[in-house]
Amino acid sequence: MAEGALPYPLTGQRNPLRSAVLALSWGWLLALVLVPNLLVLAASLLTRDPLHFLQLPLTLDSYRRLLDPLYLRVFLDSLALALATTLGCLLLGYPFAWALSRIRARWRPLLLFLLILPFWTNSLVRTYAIKQLLAANGPLNGALLALGLIDAPLELLYTQGAVILGLVYLLLPFMILPLYAVFEDLRPELLLASRDLGAGRLATFVHVLIPLTLPGILAGTLLVLLPALGMFYVADILGGARVLLVGNVIKNQFLDARDWPFGAAASILLTAAMALLLFAHRLARRRLRHGTVP
Amino acid sequence: MTPPLLSLRAIGKTYAGRPVLQDLSLEVLDGEFLTLLGPSGCGKTTLLRLIAGFERPDHGSIHLAGADLTAVPPERRPLNTVFQQYALFPHLDVFGNVAYGLRRERRPRAEIAARVGEALELVRLGEFARRKPQQLSGGQQQRVAIARALVKRPRLLLLDEPLSALDAKLRRQMQLELKRLQRELGIAFVFVTHDQEEALSMSDRVAVLHDGVLQQLGSPREVYERPANLFTARFVGETNLFPARVLEVQAERVVVDCAGQHRTLPTPHFAPRVGQAVSLLLRPEDIRVLGPDADQGLPGTVIERNYKGSTLDSLIRLDGGQEVLASEFFDEDDPAFDHRLGEPVRVSWVDGWEWMLPADG
Repeated sequence: MAEGALPYPLTGQRNPLRSAVLALSWGWLLALVLVPNLLVLAASLLTRDPLHFLQLPLTLDSYRRLLDPLYLRVFLDSLALALATTLGCLLLGYPFAWALSRIRARWRPLLLFLLILPFWTNSLVRTYAIKQLLAANGPLNGALLALGLIDAPLELLYTQGAVILGLVYLLLPFMILPLYAVFEDLRPELLLASRDLGAGRLATFVHVLIPLTLPGILAGTLLVLLPALGMFYVADILGGARVLLVGNVIKNQFLDARDWPFGAAASILLTAAMALLLFAHRLARRRLRHGTVP
Repeated sequence: MTPPLLSLRAIGKTYAGRPVLQDLSLEVLDGEFLTLLGPSGCGKTTLLRLIAGFERPDHGSIHLAGADLTAVPPERRPLNTVFQQYALFPHLDVFGNVAYGLRRERRPRAEIAARVGEALELVRLGEFARRKPQQLSGGQQQRVAIARALVKRPRLLLLDEPLSALDAKLRRQMQLELKRLQRELGIAFVFVTHDQEEALSMSDRVAVLHDGVLQQLGSPREVYERPANLFTARFVGETNLFPARVLEVQAERVVVDCAGQHRTLPTPHFAPRVGQAVSLLLRPEDIRVLGPDADQGLPGTVIERNYKGSTLDSLIRLDGGQEVLASEFFDEDDPAFDHRLGEPVRVSWVDGWEWMLPADG
């Protein structure tokens, strides 16, 4: 190859730049992902110490405590809350993503930009903003009172509904973006072909649209469900003391109860649950792509 | 005469203020192969979508076998469509695609299996039932699309440029295949194409469309030999148009002046006036190329020769500047046949083979 034709040779397995970049990535993953997770795992197997946080001996005590019905309850409640959030995002995001893929191409970048714009503000700040909106003397109650629809302010804040609303608001873009990607690839003739073959609108939705957008639904579900399990500050700010998520339990163990082994065990459980979901997603995707769907 | 299977009456359709179809009326007979032919943007695909029910006409009506279909949604019309890019469902295998329509009718399993098998045999894809569409070639996907539409036993099959994505050889093969299916099944086909050769070779009747207006409806032979206007003449087949002027109108014949030569023609399908500008249409195969010493014909020079195997195509520039395409069958015994490039010749044709049209109108 002529010198200077390319900044690096195409097939150079031992190219120093390439090796350096790869080593950097691996080092980064090792130092910031693998090591911290191993530390958490180690912490979960140690014993609590009031002075130094952790001490020997090794024990499975923390995991045993997690089996307590109280914490099992918290786990199931968080899962239910996260699922409700996911469903809310799906119901709002699906039609939105569809509409986004159908409007004129020149408006799409603007709408996508607006969708991403809130990310420029810290989500903590936005959660406080929602709190203000929902407060007993906030604008929402004010408007409803002024319209005469209610006589006394509604108790909107510090409810499960408020937490779900906050989570849906924060996570909706993560549902819309993968859905938009599959809708954009969807060829409209497929829907026409379905109608042509005798399927009404509903049958076309069930038998063509849902299967073809399933990869987007699954991806969006993962992107919403997993963060929703851990966003403790949303439950803190909008749910008060009434709503307890797995994320809150973990945070409390580390910051308030100073029980690091137990907090670490709860973290490991959450991580394991997420890994399981990711694995299920991979399996489902592979079946979609290669297997036969009846 | 049997009543038409499909009748379109005074159909009009406008997109964003632009008329796509204007007052179009057309009838399709039971069991016939009718082609909608026209350049892109002529409205032929829109017309097909109106028949399928994907769009509603702004005015006019669509009747199938006597029933008014105008407001009936596509899923309840007894007709099916083969789409341009096939539109096979990527999440279903070949069997699932073909069975799709029958499953929506909630047919018993055994009947579905039997009819799908039959449809796949019909398009010679029996052993491909468990493949996914992505694993098939373009021609095979095309056959699946046809089987999927035919398995519903429609009264009418709509085909939207179904062969345009195939290469030339496969295309010819599929043309024969489609013709065979249509003959065997006796189903009426409405076939959309912009390829005039395809239209002529496959159709019982051709409907020529341009700018949303039906230009001509007739057998391939009528459309080719007796085009209704200059658009059809130019769009269907290669065309030589000679400008001429009407000199004399008699009871059954007309005398015209064509490049200084007087020619007598039978009265055309329109009423000519003395002094009217007309065009004489001659197909390349009607043209005779004579030696420079011939006592008739328009003088010119050979500027291009194109050997086509069975024919020899020559482009001749007349002394007046007009270019004429001639397509002659080989006659090896004729010493005068082989005209060289740059050689002066005379261009003529057999009297009475011209087709007269009003110039530009």
